[in-house]
Amino acid sequence: MISLTRKRPPFSLKTQPGFGLITGVCFVMLYAPIITLVVYSFNAGKYISMWEGFSLQWYVAAWGNEAVQDAAIRSLFLAVQASVYSTILATMAALGTTRTRPFRGLTAIYAMINQPLMVPEIVTAVALLILFAMIKSWTGIQGIFYLVIAHTAFCIPFAYLPIRARLEGMDLILETAAADLYATPWKTFWRITLPLLWPGIIAGAMLGFVISLDDVVITEFVKSSGQETLPTYMLGQLRRVVTPEINAISTMLLGLSILVVCLLFFIERKFGK
Amino acid sequence: MNNNKTASGPVRNMQINRTRRNWLLSAPALVVLAAAASGPLLIVLVYSFLSAGEYGGVVWKFSTDAWFNVVFFRDIFDGTTTLADAHMRILWRSVRLSSITTLITLMIGFPTAYVIATRPRKTRSFWLFLITVPFWTNLLIRTFAILEVIRNEGLINIGLQRLGIIDAPIQMLYTDFAIMVGMTYVYLPLMVLPLYASMERLDFSLVEAAYDLYATRHKVLRRIIVPLVKPGIIAGSILVFIPSLGAFVTPRVLGGGKKMMLGNLIELQFGAGRNWPLGAALSVTLLALVMAALLMYVRSTQHHSGSVR
Amino acid sequence: MVEKQGTGLENAGHSLPAAISAQHVTKVFGEGKNKVLALDDVSLTIEENEFFTLLGPSGCGKTTLLRLIAGFDQPTSGAIMLRGEEISHLPPNQRSVNTVFQNYALFPHMTVAKNISFGLEMLGKPTGFIEKAVGDMLVLVKMDALRDRRTDQLSGGQQQRVALARALAPRPQVLLLDEPLSALDYKLRKEMQIELKQLQHDTGITFIFVTHDQEEALTMSDRIAVMHVGRILQIGTPRQIYNQPSERFVADFIGKSNFLSAEVLAVDGRRARLKLSSGREVSAAIPDGMIPTSSVTVVVRPEYTEIFSRSNDTGDLQGVLENIVYLGTDTHYHIRLPDESMFVTRSQNQCKVTEAFKAGQPVNVVFKPESVQVLRS
Repeated sequence: MISLTRKRPPFSLKTQPGFGLITGVCFVMLYAPIITLVVYSFNAGKYISMWEGFSLQWYVAAWGNEAVQDAAIRSLFLAVQASVYSTILATMAALGTTRTRPFRGLTAIYAMINQPLMVPEIVTAVALLILFAMIKSWTGIQGIFYLVIAHTAFCIPFAYLPIRARLEGMDLILETAAADLYATPWKTFWRITLPLLWPGIIAGAMLGFVISLDDVVITEFVKSSGQETLPTYMLGQLRRVVTPEINAISTMLLGLSILVVCLLFFIERKFGK
Repeated sequence: MNNNKTASGPVRNMQINRTRRNWLLSAPALVVLAAAASGPLLIVLVYSFLSAGEYGGVVWKFSTDAWFNVVFFRDIFDGTTTLADAHMRILWRSVRLSSITTLITLMIGFPTAYVIATRPRKTRSFWLFLITVPFWTNLLIRTFAILEVIRNEGLINIGLQRLGIIDAPIQMLYTDFAIMVGMTYVYLPLMVLPLYASMERLDFSLVEAAYDLYATRHKVLRRIIVPLVKPGIIAGSILVFIPSLGAFVTPRVLGGGKKMMLGNLIELQFGAGRNWPLGAALSVTLLALVMAALLMYVRSTQHHSGSVR
Repeated sequence: MVEKQGTGLENAGHSLPAAISAQHVTKVFGEGKNKVLALDDVSLTIEENEFFTLLGPSGCGKTTLLRLIAGFDQPTSGAIMLRGEEISHLPPNQRSVNTVFQNYALFPHMTVAKNISFGLEMLGKPTGFIEKAVGDMLVLVKMDALRDRRTDQLSGGQQQRVALARALAPRPQVLLLDEPLSALDYKLRKEMQIELKQLQHDTGITFIFVTHDQEEALTMSDRIAVMHVGRILQIGTPRQIYNQPSERFVADFIGKSNFLSAEVLAVDGRRARLKLSSGREVSAAIPDGMIPTSSVTVVVRPEYTEIFSRSNDTGDLQGVLENIVYLGTDTHYHIRLPDESMFVTRSQNQCKVTEAFKAGQPVNVVFKPESVQVLRS
């Protein structure tokens, strides 16, 4: 027997009126500027007002630009170092602060590890500027070293988070079993903990890499003249004439970000609990 | 807390050893952080009580001039002391724009996070991916993208002119509006992600129960959903408000030199302004504002003690 | 426990429509290869002031049917009527039907009193009215002292009462209960069963109760509908379901059963004359509307049979006693029949200390009158 009344649309538990529209607007708003940016990096013409045909000239220009090359190399150099160092430090810190009974000072350690996240970047930038200026005037030592330390420091909390999360999901019973079977602490770490932990470590390293690569404010303050990274180079360019070369560089960095996010999602899907 | 006191002999030794091991493991990270993150903050505080050097830098002489200059302006010609209008305006602009940005990102971010959280499991990852990509995109690139959209030869103006709606470009760049749009754009993903985390954990059988008890859609939203995702709302608000308060790049690129926020004012003191102590004092002020905001957050989560997780 | 008589057919003469009626309801989930037929042409009628139970194993569709009545889902085809009015496609907040959820679904950010008053607030009742109604409900479920407690600080049993009070406060026409006792420990469960039954009696509201626990169903219900893979197999009073199961699944699911094959010799209305494999002839009851073929399966409950030592050839069945299981109140005798199948006889223990029978002993089984029931094939 067919229903006696006219069918209404089925009652949907989770919908709220208007939310779908706002969400659509949100995504459009988020992506329209980025897509515009990418599209115009391929513009043969110079201005956004006129599309003059498809061209890779700006990419060629960017690749050939010595300042860009220098900045890019320095950015990568910094990012790789910051990522590696901060990951190592964060891994050790995570091992020391996770899956353990609360001990005196644990909250203080948390506070210190997470502090860069709680303080606006400009304050950290100013603080480091002052500190390094002081050290430079006392010792006369210049160099990339200051930037490396600065980047490593603020990358630590970002590397720490996924490593800690992964560690918390690992049952201590495994390491206990290893000890029961005569493994030394080092062997246990190497053969049991580390293999299970490494997706978290990889995620932490990638996060550290991206955060370092992206940093503008701290780098801008701490750098000596001539020590440009890609973001500081772009910031400088934005004060002068803006050519689509910036679009090209931005698009390439965007591609890198997308790659990293894909990898993060992939790791989560494959190795997530 | 620690139950060491009730343990005896060998067990107690093991616990002490473990604690020592934990400290040793954490130490390297803590040293680096103390040297290049937390420690320097103290130096800032110290510098705020020093005198400005002629070409930048400081003279190691105690002075409260910097703090005075945060709030007051002493005219060097006629010696009168007035309220530092420029500083107050900048401070007000920072608080105002940050608050508005937080509000707007909440208005837009809440429905977005909700819709993503209520997608079927299979498609949810896709939407999450779409929200995460802007999050990991360089701040500068995002600011630049907005620049391209709102400037006089930008997307909006060109589009409106082509459609014949306007004759001359609308000046959007270098206004407070531009900064607000820029910050909203930049910090939107930061609002959505913690909101999503909270909503994903929402027990929808509670929503079913509310409908079963005759609630309308609006009532369900107001009385059930919002109170239960409050932790996410607060977390998202903090994650937007704090960085936007100390924003530097976005107001610089979109506000030009004229529309400064606190971050730009601070930067000025270390550049052309050549007043390092003042810059230090302003930084401490910013930090104090941030601590106040965080304190309010902590207190509001204590309020919900023993309840919703 | 006071039993209500009859099967509800007495109302046929009255003009009072049934509380809930489902007419040829089908529910399909998913599409294509993932299609699941949760309910297959289900029809039933539930009367006013009835404690009606949907009984079946998980996946049988009982919860799906409940959700269709509540309004959280719509039937793919068919209609659901509430007191004669169709509600199949009404949203849940427009049906005068309330639910007690399996996980209680209490609002964690509200006190006990606020949870209970929620439905009345949504209906726009005046404050004074709500106050009184909430007060009455708290007394009814004996939660008066805890009215200002937050719900996540309550024990399981207390939460269950609050869930009940919350669903009853708006005085719905029908109350749905989705396995509300499954999370409670044994003792609490037994107490709540009595309380629920009393509650239904006192309020006069129709209760539709879902459970997979057959003992619970037998204890509490006025009528039971036994469900299996989306169909209703049998509806009846607890006695009817227990003593006259019409399907093998029903007989198997409820209580313990012995299944035997038999040849049909003669049929007379609702009774038949059968020949068992032992050669003996017995009389058996036939389910409504069934026309038996030449061979059928019958069911005999263990407690309706008696065991005797084999001194002669009498007895409906003969076999060898293989196992004796002593259970305190009863003793179960597991008897191996000539065709290798097992037959179980139950007898209530007397005060004697010694056991009359020995394993390995040849024995006879005698059926009590009216104990044999033919099953649908």
